[in-house]
Order: sequence, then structure tokens, then C-alpha cells
Amino acid sequence: MKEKTRLGERPKACCGGNTETQCAPQKTPFRTDSVLTWRDRLVHLRCRVGAYRMKATVEPGLYAIGKPDNNSDVFVSANYRMSFDILRSSLSAMDAWILVLDTNGINVWCAAGKGTFGTEELVKRIFTEKLHECVSHRRLILPQLGAPGVSAPDVRKQTGFRPIYGPVRAADIKAFVAAGYRPAPGMRRVEFGLWDRLVLTPMELRPALKAFFFFAAVILALSGLSPSGISFPSALSLGAPIIILGIVSIIAGAFITPALLPYIPFRAFAIKGWLAGLVAMLIAWPIVNVPEGAAFAAMSFLFFPLASSYLALQFTGSTAYTGMSGVARELKFSMPVYTAGALVSSVLFITLKLGEWGII
Amino acid sequence: MTYLKGVSTLEYDVNRCRGCGLCADVCPHGVFVMEQKRARVTNKDLCMECGACMRNCEHGAIKVNAGVGCAAALIRGMMTGEVSCGCGSETEIGKGACC
Repeated sequence: MKEKTRLGERPKACCGGNTETQCAPQKTPFRTDSVLTWRDRLVHLRCRVGAYRMKATVEPGLYAIGKPDNNSDVFVSANYRMSFDILRSSLSAMDAWILVLDTNGINVWCAAGKGTFGTEELVKRIFTEKLHECVSHRRLILPQLGAPGVSAPDVRKQTGFRPIYGPVRAADIKAFVAAGYRPAPGMRRVEFGLWDRLVLTPMELRPALKAFFFFAAVILALSGLSPSGISFPSALSLGAPIIILGIVSIIAGAFITPALLPYIPFRAFAIKGWLAGLVAMLIAWPIVNVPEGAAFAAMSFLFFPLASSYLALQFTGSTAYTGMSGVARELKFSMPVYTAGALVSSVLFITLKLGEWGII
Repeated sequence: MTYLKGVSTLEYDVNRCRGCGLCADVCPHGVFVMEQKRARVTNKDLCMECGACMRNCEHGAIKVNAGVGCAAALIRGMMTGEVSCGCGSETEIGKGACC
């Protein structure tokens, strides 16, 4: 009688090949531990502040942590360094397997949205890493936030492994496993507390400041224009307050708004950002040495709160509660306002210069 | 925190539900709860359209227009026709590595 095999198991032709010789040779799992060194933490810091995050990857494949055997749990993760590190540091004193998917170095949540942390990659990885031979059970513990990319029923049909969605936060894994793979209340919910929001702000400020350098250079040059060439005093008297107010609007939109997100009235990020920008302007106005006249005031109060609003809207990409339809609706209303605001403030700026030159 | 009201495209057909409970497992905002072996939608406005429930529902009881709730990605989509938040590419485009 033919030996019965479990669903998804491919005896001999484990990796999808027809004969044993077509199969990839048995790989030795990588070894890892749960210790985060200061070097790891430095990497995490660099990931938080800049483009280094795109290079912070780990080799996809199967990792052994502790002394796992064929009954140890298998945790699935992404090959972004921080995702992997947060998982392994949560598995201290545990013997387990970590199956790292190739997500192009992107974290679990974002990769799941793109589908790279997905059914196809997971199924492929299960076969190439010969998971059926490593463990005798058929449980896979997936991060809950990987669910947008993975169909648990499909994985089960294709491999025989039964995905169990673990908690949102890796820190809850031990309690989750100890409770028989049952989440305690709250483990399934995404929180978005002050610290969660603050760690994301460097990546809001950085690109904003990058663009701001060009803005500042152009403003200084244009402010300095006079009929007799470039005038440094007028570059400073008009340009400097614009630049200072610009920085204020960036802080309001890319830092204050994310930090105070739940406390700023209204749900729309564009309105939250505009309000934060307006308040920041009102605070900064008496302190900054602004040129006299209604035109400058009109230009500033039109342009800068809108700039804050635009930056605040960018933060929708960092939250875990804004949906596509909502953001699309915000954009539909706000993009024409931004465009009009930018045009009108440019006209006001030109009016200011022409007034300075005595043309009007 | 809740986002805009009445915009989510989530649709749920209770008649197709077989009570597996995966939707309640995967939703990070508690939109689904299990009641008498069937899923029930608690508050649709909490939905962020990530699509996890739809992808994990074997019986096609859930439909949602899933996508990224990210302004940078949608603006890029308006300009280039391709909604992408830029992460995953080697070069940082525009706003750079998001999410």
C-alpha cells in the first residue's frame, strides 16, 4: 500500500522537482540568538532616520534560535533587519525556528500591503527550506500584520502548514504561545501611541527639510533681486523671515501634528496640519522680524499653514489606521487648495517685490 | 483613533460566512467579532482597507477595495499612474522610503 502523506508534503520531490536529484541540497539553517547588541541598536537608529533602512536586510531563509527540534514553533518574518531583530529579541530563552521571507528588505506590514510578504513567497520558502523535514508539526506562526498579503487557507491547501496569526506586537509572542496560541485581549489591536508616532517623525522631517533647502535657496535669490542686481540686505530682510516661517511650518506639519495627532481636532490630516500650522504661525509671528505690510502677512498666512497641512497629510502613509478611500477623499479636496494657495502666494510675493522696486 | 467616517469600501455578506473566525483574527482594528459562529461588523469606520480579512476569507464573504492609505503613494499614483509608496525600490523617489 502506498504510504499516506500529509497534505502538501512532497516525499522525495520536496522542492517541486520530479526526482530527488532535482531537489536543492539540504541547507543548514542559519543560527541566530535573541541578543540585541549596541551595534544592532545603532542599525535600528540609522533605519529610523534615513535611507540606510533600504540597506538593512537579512538573508532570507530558515534560522534556528536556541536549540529547536522538530516540535519547535516556526515564526515567519520579513528580511528587513529591524523586523527580524524585533522578532528574535522577543524569543529569548525559547527554542524556535524563524522563517525569513524575501520581502526586498521591507518590513512585514508594508511588504504585506505590496504582496511580497505573501502567500506565494511563503509557500515557495516552505518548500525551498524543506520545512516539512525540519518539523513534524504543521503550525506556522505569522505576524498578524502580515495578513494583508497572506491567505492562510491557501497556504494550508498548498503546503499542509496551518498558519496561525500571532499578536500584532512581537513582545506579546511568549504570552501568546504560553496561552496555547490564543491572544489576550488587546494583542490583536494596533495601538498608535505617542512613542509609536514619535519614532516615525525623523522620516517625515528629513524629506521635508531636503525639499526645503531648494525652497530656501530659491527664496533667498528671488528676495535679493533688485533692478540693480542682487541686493544682500533685501535678500535678508525679505528672505530670512520667509525661511524662518518655513522651518516653523515644517515643524508644525511633520513633527507637532504627528506627535499631537489624537489631540488636534478634526479627523482629516489636512485640517489637523493646517490648524497646527496656523497656531505655529500665530506663535512665531510676533517673534520673527517680519516685514511690514498686508501683502507679506497675507502671503505668509496663506502659504505656511497650507505647507504644514500638506506635510501632515504625508503622515497618513505612516499611520496604521488611515485607509485608501479616506486619503483619496482628502486629496480630492486638498490638492486643488494647495495648488491655488501656492499660486496666489507666488503672486503675492511678486507683488511684494514689485512694490519694493516702486513699480506698483 | 478613527479616520474619516463613511468612506470605507468594506462589504460583508453574512450569508456566506462559515464562522472560521479568521477575519476577526487578522483585523488590527477589531472591525469583526465572532458572534454565534458568525462574524459581525462592529464599526465599519474603523476599517483602514488593508484587505487582510478579504484575503483570508475562504468563502468570499468580504469585499473591500484594499490599498495603501498613504498620501505620498496616491499623489504619485495621480502623477505617474502607478500607486506606489516608493519603498522597495533601491533609489528613494520623492518622499523616500515611507511606511
